[in-house]
Amino acid sequence: MTTLTAKDKDAVRAFWAKVSGKSEDIGKQSLARMLAVYPQTKTYFSHWKDQSPDGAPARKHGITVMNGVADAVSKIDNLTAGLLDLSELHAFTLRVDPANFKILAHNMLVVMAIMFPIEFTPEVHVAMDKFLASLALALAEKYR
Amino acid sequence: MVKFTEKERSTIRAIWEKVNIDEVGPDALARVLIVYPWTERYFGTFGDIFTASAVLNNAKVVAHGKVVLKALDEAVKNMDNIKKTYAYLSRLHYEVFHVDPDNFRLLADCITIAIACKVKSALDPQVQATWKKFLSAVVDAMNSQYY
Repeated sequence: MTTLTAKDKDAVRAFWAKVSGKSEDIGKQSLARMLAVYPQTKTYFSHWKDQSPDGAPARKHGITVMNGVADAVSKIDNLTAGLLDLSELHAFTLRVDPANFKILAHNMLVVMAIMFPIEFTPEVHVAMDKFLASLALALAEKYR
Repeated sequence: MVKFTEKERSTIRAIWEKVNIDEVGPDALARVLIVYPWTERYFGTFGDIFTASAVLNNAKVVAHGKVVLKALDEAVKNMDNIKKTYAYLSRLHYEVFHVDPDNFRLLADCITIAIACKVKSALDPQVQATWKKFLSAVVDAMNSQYY
């Protein structure tokens, strides 16, 4: 289900080339929406003084996460190997329930649709959805 | 039973007012078929829906997209009683169409994305949260007669 075809990878790379300039905005907005729309995700950030979706910790973290996504685009030919360190981090230190990767991915797609309504065609939508699903699988690799 | 505050009701109606059913309906359904191709199994009479371009040029997809969004209008008009309003539709999708109810969740996500393309920043995080609460109630109602 998450084998990325050459066509998928081309679509992801092409779309990312168009939107990467706004990567920080996408990251901040995706995380804000995840926290606002799926409040159960806030349980992972109880160590933040300010847990509000548009607070400074959330904005900073959105950028961090999106930098990870940008890195994954460059490693799209072997996500499992490329994301090994991040997988260990999420598995042993952060211990995020992998179901939440789907939630964050959905919010990234919503933000992309809002910011790039013309470019975010159904074909780009499916390629990005598959890519984020593959990314999530690679992140969950070391869990068990 | 899901309860909506006055603020939530007006938020949902405000977004719904911006939605052109004839545009968003077909877009949402096309995305479901393209992004989640296993849903093709439910549309055997639609002809060619096996590639993205076939889906996007299929008149039956357009027509049915409108039907689906028109049904959502009923939920907007009956926010206090979505379960009862949708009981018939739920039974129909179970007994006649044999639709796996997980697909209702997928459709809801695609409706949100199709609306996001149209209304853009009007769908801010708070509005998205309220809209999701509404769609979750709709998805619940669609699941309610599966037993």
